Amino acid sequence: MGSSVTTLRWRWLAVIALLVSFSSAVGAQRPATIAAAANLNFALMEVADRFTRDTGQRVELVFGASGTLTRQIQDGAPFEMFLAADEEFPNQLSAAGLTLDPGVVYAVGQLVIFAPRGSPLVVDARLDGLTRLLRAGGVSRFAIANPEVAPYGRAAEAVLRKRGLWESLRPHLVLGDSIAQAAQFATTGNAVGGLIAYSLALSPDFAQRGTYALVPAADHPPIRQRMVLLKRSGPVAERFYRYVQGTEARAILRRQGFAVPE
Amino acid sequence: MDWTALRVSLWLGVGTIALLLPCGIWLGRLLAVREFPGKLLVEALVTVPLVLPPTVLGFYLLVTFGARSPLGQAFQAVMGQSLAFSFQGLLLASAIANIPFVVQPIQRGFEAIPTDVREAASCCGLTPWQRFVRIEVPLAWPGILTAAILTFAHTLGEFGVVLMVGGNLPGQTRTLSVAIYDRMNAFDDRSAGVMAATLLVIAVATLMLTTVLSRRVIPRRG
Repeated sequence: MGSSVTTLRWRWLAVIALLVSFSSAVGAQRPATIAAAANLNFALMEVADRFTRDTGQRVELVFGASGTLTRQIQDGAPFEMFLAADEEFPNQLSAAGLTLDPGVVYAVGQLVIFAPRGSPLVVDARLDGLTRLLRAGGVSRFAIANPEVAPYGRAAEAVLRKRGLWESLRPHLVLGDSIAQAAQFATTGNAVGGLIAYSLALSPDFAQRGTYALVPAADHPPIRQRMVLLKRSGPVAERFYRYVQGTEARAILRRQGFAVPE
Repeated sequence: MDWTALRVSLWLGVGTIALLLPCGIWLGRLLAVREFPGKLLVEALVTVPLVLPPTVLGFYLLVTFGARSPLGQAFQAVMGQSLAFSFQGLLLASAIANIPFVVQPIQRGFEAIPTDVREAASCCGLTPWQRFVRIEVPLAWPGILTAAILTFAHTLGEFGVVLMVGGNLPGQTRTLSVAIYDRMNAFDDRSAGVMAATLLVIAVATLMLTTVLSRRVIPRRG
């Protein structure tokens, strides 16, 4: 009996030792952790791959709604750089003294109206198809990103308001936490369609799922996407920050559905 | 398949058990054998994470441990990193969320020990510690084992608290359940499917194990 007590004690020691070794493994040197707006899901992944090929350094990308990520940064999330989908959120962080600099606009986003395969919605730039379908009572659900936390949601709201559809469409809206989730809602077939980021509609997994039409940029306030280096940024993040402004990255962003400032 | 996320999930499960089991055994036994004023309140507080929405827990934890809170700032000053959005913070959150899953089965385990067994042990000249280690723990073992397994399973399945308190940091706080959400938002249904199936298999296996172990009321002697 005494020996079994001893083994038990040793077992506990082993568990503790394992935990300690693990926590040090987790805390070990990591690539730069970078927060990015959900609309960058594919474009930035390609930029990051290219960055690694060119420099041999790695970045770890975490995607989410700009508002959610901003909140997390305010609460102490260990990000080194933040690529937002608008200017307001990074400016908030700058004002709070959480960034190294005011940042730069790295891309201007575009919005598309998307309809999944088999949807009764006909997509067009002026949303005439949506208006018709709504009048006919054919809209079950329509997906946009939550305007409170996602800049692409705000742009979507502006477009719908401009077309006079906001009030009548409102009861049918499903709000994604981020533009990626909105896009997910729009493709599952539970919604007749949605207003999503062009960059997501262009992604290979997405392309075969339905049809889309570009919404004119004049129909909503410009989606100027700003990035900032955060207080804890290291050399890798700083290098990536410069890389995103370089020729290669700009070419990728342009190909992936963004307008790139000169 | 995100192996890093699986590793984080498994370690979170094991870590939560290691952190909670000693406290759980102490508190569970206390609640089982003692009557004291305020016991009703303690029992209610122990059970409350079971009925609270994860968002309530997540909100309070973030307000308490976030970088803008005094506690969060103190931790940051000492450890050089924030408690929220770190593995350690996640472990703490997970421990709090799992208190009922640990304490309740253990309490039932100790309650099942007849009073005369404990008295007989004392009459034989065993010290309270010897009585505890040699008589009570082996008899309450099924409850303790159930507690450990339930905690592990529940930790693997936790989503809301993890996303709120942990964020989605690869290698740190991106557990398998969060990775599924992440992959789904990236339209990567195949990876999400593989990971979902993995969690399903683990969950079913764990519950089968619980049933088998809890049926074996009479523990084997070591």
